[in-house]
Amino acid sequence: MACSVLLSGAVSGGPEDIPPPKGVYSEDTLCVEPVEVMRRQHFDYILDHRDRTVVEGIRTKQYSLIGCIDCHITPNAQGEYARYSQDTHFCASCHLFTAVNIDCFQCHADRPEEAIRKAQEPDVKAQQSVPELHETLQFSTITFDR
Amino acid sequence: MSTEPVMRYTLDITEDISVERRNFTQGIAALAGLTLAPGVFLYCAAEAKPDDQAVSSQQRWGMLVNTNNCQEDCDACVSACNEENGLWSLGRPATDAQWIRKLNVKDRQTGHVTSMPMMCQHCEHPPCVDVCPTGASFRRVDGIVLVNKHTCIGCRYCMMACPYKARSFIHEPLQDQLPHSPRGKGCVESCTLCVHKVDRGDNNTACAEACAKEGHQALLFGDLNDPESEISKRLEQFGGTQIRADLGLNTGVRYQGI
Ligand code: SF4
Ligand code: SF4
Repeated sequence: MACSVLLSGAVSGGPEDIPPPKGVYSEDTLCVEPVEVMRRQHFDYILDHRDRTVVEGIRTKQYSLIGCIDCHITPNAQGEYARYSQDTHFCASCHLFTAVNIDCFQCHADRPEEAIRKAQEPDVKAQQSVPELHETLQFSTITFDR
Repeated sequence: MSTEPVMRYTLDITEDISVERRNFTQGIAALAGLTLAPGVFLYCAAEAKPDDQAVSSQQRWGMLVNTNNCQEDCDACVSACNEENGLWSLGRPATDAQWIRKLNVKDRQTGHVTSMPMMCQHCEHPPCVDVCPTGASFRRVDGIVLVNKHTCIGCRYCMMACPYKARSFIHEPLQDQLPHSPRGKGCVESCTLCVHKVDRGDNNTACAEACAKEGHQALLFGDLNDPESEISKRLEQFGGTQIRADLGLNTGVRYQGI
C-alpha cells in the first residue's frame, strides 16, 4: 500500500529521480520474483539467504543482497551512484517513506563494487563531503507533494 | 554447535537453479579462456564448488607459512589483505582493524631474525567459539573460523579468548565497505581466510597471492584434508609447527622455520 503511494510519485526522490534497475535477472523475469512478492517479502528472502550464505557457504545469486544492489543501484545521468543516506537510493526511497529503519547498510555495501572502489580514489574522496549515515537518515529529507 | 541455518520463516524458497548453473558454467568458461599473453592460456585446475552447494567437511582449508622465505621488510600480505577486504584506515592506528600483521622475532643468542605474518590460525578447537555467548563466532565445516556479524553482540569475549590476538573490534561507523566484505560498528572481525575467494574457487588468498607476486613464496594456501594438495605434501615432507601447540587447538595455519 505504502509502495503504491510511493510509486504514484508523491515523494521527492520518487521514482522519476531513481535510476532504473538493470532488470536483467533472467531471460524471462526482470526481478528474482514478481514485483508484488518482492515488495512485501524481499526481507524474508534476504534473511533466509543470509544464514545459508554465512553458515553454509551457499553463494547462489537469486536472493543475494549483492545481486539486489548490483541490479538496482545504477548510476544517474551524471554517472553518480546514490548512497543509502540519500533518498534517491532505491532501498532508501521506500524505507524512508514507510519509516522503516533497517541496519543492513551499516555493514553491507549500498552500492556496486565499482562505485565503492571509485569513491576510494584519493581525488574523488577529497572532493566529496560524505554525509554521515545516520545523520542524514531522517524523515525530514522527504517533502510531500500531493 | 549446529550448523543448520536458523529458519525463522516458513517460506518456500526454491532457487532458480538453472540460472545458477548457467552463471556457474559461464564463469568456468571465462576462467578457462583467461589469456595471459597471446597464445598463452591459464587453465585453472581448482574446481569451484557449485554456488548452490553447501561447503563440506571433506575440505579443511589452511595455510602454510615458510618463515625462511618471509622478508623482514616486506608487508605485501598485509597491504593485500587490507585492499582485498576494504580495511581502510580511520586514521587511528590504535583501533584500526588488523586481520593480519607482520612479526619479526629476534633470537638474542644468534641475532637471527625470523619474520612471519600472524593472523587468525583457524583453530580446529577455537577458544573464540567456545566463549561466544551467541554462537556468532563459529567454525564453518570446512575449517574456516568466522564471525556471523548478524548475531555478534560485540561483547568481545572472543578477543580475550583468542591466544593469537587475531581479532579486531570496530568502534565507529564505517562507510564504503566492499560488497563481499560486510563489516561495521559493534562487531568483532578477523581473517576470513578470504572466504569469498575460497567459495568462488580461487583456491588462494589475497595475502598468498601478493606474497607470490613479490617472489617470496612464503605463504601457501590449500586443503589440509587432501593428501594430493601442495600444502599437504609439503607438510608431510617437512612438517609444520603450530604456534602455541601446547594449547591443543590444532591450528589450520602452520609455520616452518620457527
Ligand atoms: S586464532 Fe583466535 S580467532 Fe582464530 S580460530 Fe583461533 S581462537 Fe579463534
Ligand atoms: S564479540 Fe561477537 S563473536 Fe565475539 S564472543 Fe561476543 S558475540 Fe561472539
